[in-house]
Amino acid sequence: MNKIFEKGGKLYWLHSTVDAFETFLHVPGTVTRKGGHLRDCIDLKRIMILMVIAAAPAALFGMWNVGLQHALATGADTSFWPTVLPFFWYGFLKVLPLYVVAYAVGLGIEFAFAQIRHEEVNEGYLVTGFLIPLIVPVNIPLWMLAVAVAFSVLFCKEVFGGTGMNIWNPALVARAFLFFSYPKEMSGSDCWISLGSEEALVDGFTGATPLALEGSAQYGTGFWDLFIGTVPGSVGETSVIAILLGAAIILWTGIASWKVMVSSVAGALLVGWIGQTAGFTEVPFYTQLLLGGFAFGTVFMATDPVTSAQTETGKWIYGFLIGALCVTVRLFNPGYAEGMMLAILFGNTMAPLIDHCVVSVHIKRKERKSYEY
Amino acid sequence: MSKPIVLKRGLDIPVKGAADLVISKTIVPDVVAVCPSDYRGLNPRLLVKEGDAVRAGSPVLADKKNPEILVTSPVSGTVAEFVRGEKRRLLAVRIALDAAQQYEDFSHSGALDADGVRDLLLRSGLWTALVQRPYGIVADPAVKPKAIFVSAFDTAPLAPDFEFTLGGEMNAIQAAVDALALLTDGKVHVSVNSSESAFCKLKGVVLHSLEGPHPAGNVGVQISHISPIRKGETVWTVSPAALACIGRLLMKGRVDLRRKVAVTGSMAIETCYVQTLPGMPMSCLRPFVGTNEDSVRIVSGNILSGKNAGIEGYLGAWDTQVTILKEGTEPELLGWIRPLRFRQFSADRSYFSWLTPWKRYDLDTNLHGGPRAFVMSDAYYRRVLPMDIYPLYLVKACLAGDIDKMESHGIYEVLPEDLALCEFVDPSKNPIQAIVSDGIDLMMKEMA
Repeated sequence: MNKIFEKGGKLYWLHSTVDAFETFLHVPGTVTRKGGHLRDCIDLKRIMILMVIAAAPAALFGMWNVGLQHALATGADTSFWPTVLPFFWYGFLKVLPLYVVAYAVGLGIEFAFAQIRHEEVNEGYLVTGFLIPLIVPVNIPLWMLAVAVAFSVLFCKEVFGGTGMNIWNPALVARAFLFFSYPKEMSGSDCWISLGSEEALVDGFTGATPLALEGSAQYGTGFWDLFIGTVPGSVGETSVIAILLGAAIILWTGIASWKVMVSSVAGALLVGWIGQTAGFTEVPFYTQLLLGGFAFGTVFMATDPVTSAQTETGKWIYGFLIGALCVTVRLFNPGYAEGMMLAILFGNTMAPLIDHCVVSVHIKRKERKSYEY
Repeated sequence: MSKPIVLKRGLDIPVKGAADLVISKTIVPDVVAVCPSDYRGLNPRLLVKEGDAVRAGSPVLADKKNPEILVTSPVSGTVAEFVRGEKRRLLAVRIALDAAQQYEDFSHSGALDADGVRDLLLRSGLWTALVQRPYGIVADPAVKPKAIFVSAFDTAPLAPDFEFTLGGEMNAIQAAVDALALLTDGKVHVSVNSSESAFCKLKGVVLHSLEGPHPAGNVGVQISHISPIRKGETVWTVSPAALACIGRLLMKGRVDLRRKVAVTGSMAIETCYVQTLPGMPMSCLRPFVGTNEDSVRIVSGNILSGKNAGIEGYLGAWDTQVTILKEGTEPELLGWIRPLRFRQFSADRSYFSWLTPWKRYDLDTNLHGGPRAFVMSDAYYRRVLPMDIYPLYLVKACLAGDIDKMESHGIYEVLPEDLALCEFVDPSKNPIQAIVSDGIDLMMKEMA
């Protein structure tokens, strides 16, 4: 690094920024000083980039789906082959500004705080910034997104000490902020479809998500539509198949915990089944897994290693709690049918308590255990 | 022997440079050093002056708090120099060797009782081979430990083969084990990793068999599976190499610390064993380092928990391994983003080392990243720690300096070396061993 960026140099205030870009380009020649002399070549950059790669299929599909929903709403031709690239391009241009805003605002704050704390810039926001545009409606005004990102990075992350210290998932906090501050822009049937000011809806089209419709007479709410994801919704949340691709990557590499995913699915199925049997809903219980943000939240949000439960037993409880709570909200709250966001934030809040109980039980049991010698 | 304890969690780091089973030479240094830092918990008081003549077994240092505990000279010669650091802290006592070695006489007649053994070990300085847990300090002579543990195999990367280095000294080791058994109310536990081990022939001990990757050979891990240390309990551990020295003392009546030391590591010109003395200057190993002295790191001990001695440093008092590694000061262009990176090893599946389990790597000391807060959850670290504790909780308790939490999360059971693999796999590059070591220091201060 050039001397002017070092302490005492004129441009020291840019130290963390320069360091971030430098270490982005090459692994620095820092050697081990304390403790063990060799280290595994894994670092957080690698882990975070894998998360981004895992979420990429959902993002790419989401962009195409934005184009498709637009065509459906305006009554344009939707046959697959001739339209696949134009749809994608349309969606790409719609989603790109969301990415630019999410990264510019979030990384700006991250870099500033890294400099204030004299630390290196943490890579955590690479993932958060990639996920935020995927969990908001495509029509969200950019200034709202900017405010939400700033709020979540500042008050959900930096005040606690940065990535690794936060209690709640920052991407979800950004979404929760939007939801409670600007409910009009975050729900109903207008926000999910990208429409130009001159364009008119075709007769009978509603842009409401299948979740809000509870599977009623909207086209594109059959099992396969939901599984493939050709339905209205937040940008990246609709396609279960794209999300499963990502899940395979992060499960194989061990970044995400399969225990959280499995137990979350189990929780949703159980409550969904009870709801269906008891007659609270007509939605088949397995459809709960395909609706709304459940799949996206289970794979990319609930498994966040920082905010999820730390212990293995805790992960089972934590995941189950999230899945069960999500579907419970869907069953009993007709006003706001999407329970996943709040279920995960609630799970994040409860995770330390769950861990505390698990660890306490473990310590008690260990004290009682008897040994031969 | 009881049923084998099979440990699943752990990691054998596939690094190049294990020592061939040959003794390539005998190194008789001109000078050896006695370093107080090799004896954890010892507060040294000098007993010699520059120019004093000493014999092998003559006291050089005593503990200020417990003057019975002596550190003795491993050789006969003249006290040449005191090496001091900041605030005149004593770093090393350099002793120039005589041409002919003379030994203090520690012979005894008849069978020794417990007090006799204790007295003999204290006078000869070999008491410092007894490590007391919790905390891993030099054993307190006033304490009667619950048991004494010996790990008869080493699973650390490139570790010496005790069968090779000590297989011929089983008589001495038997004598040492018999004597140490008098010092405890419990048993002497010896852990082996194969029923073929020469240590299986030892009498009067409890044999345990352990299987699994590193850290299965760490005595701390073995204790936690055999009889975990609880609050208020004390156990002692002793290394097999030290047992051989104690055995020689008992049988011949002299302090003879010569030992076979494995010279290992990918930068060693020849990987083999040498016969030498503790406190040997690393400069004696120049023939193994060659011309690239500045670009290597010379570690006394193993890769994970050894001390960076450098060419100016010395072999640790109870170390039986030297590792010569390449310093990783070269930046690696686009390192983390390159998909394959075949030359690097990672235990994480986001690289592809798992596809080539037979491969041995030429690893350097690069940190491969920058320091970050802990991001991965406890399980990420637990998969390399076969103990019944939550490593991340313990480390965070140490960071917070919370005595109660450290206690309940198992600080009494671990030494930094037991969590060395957690440090190795940590993507956040935290100095976990240093954190635990500071935690142990805090415990000693607060619980004293």
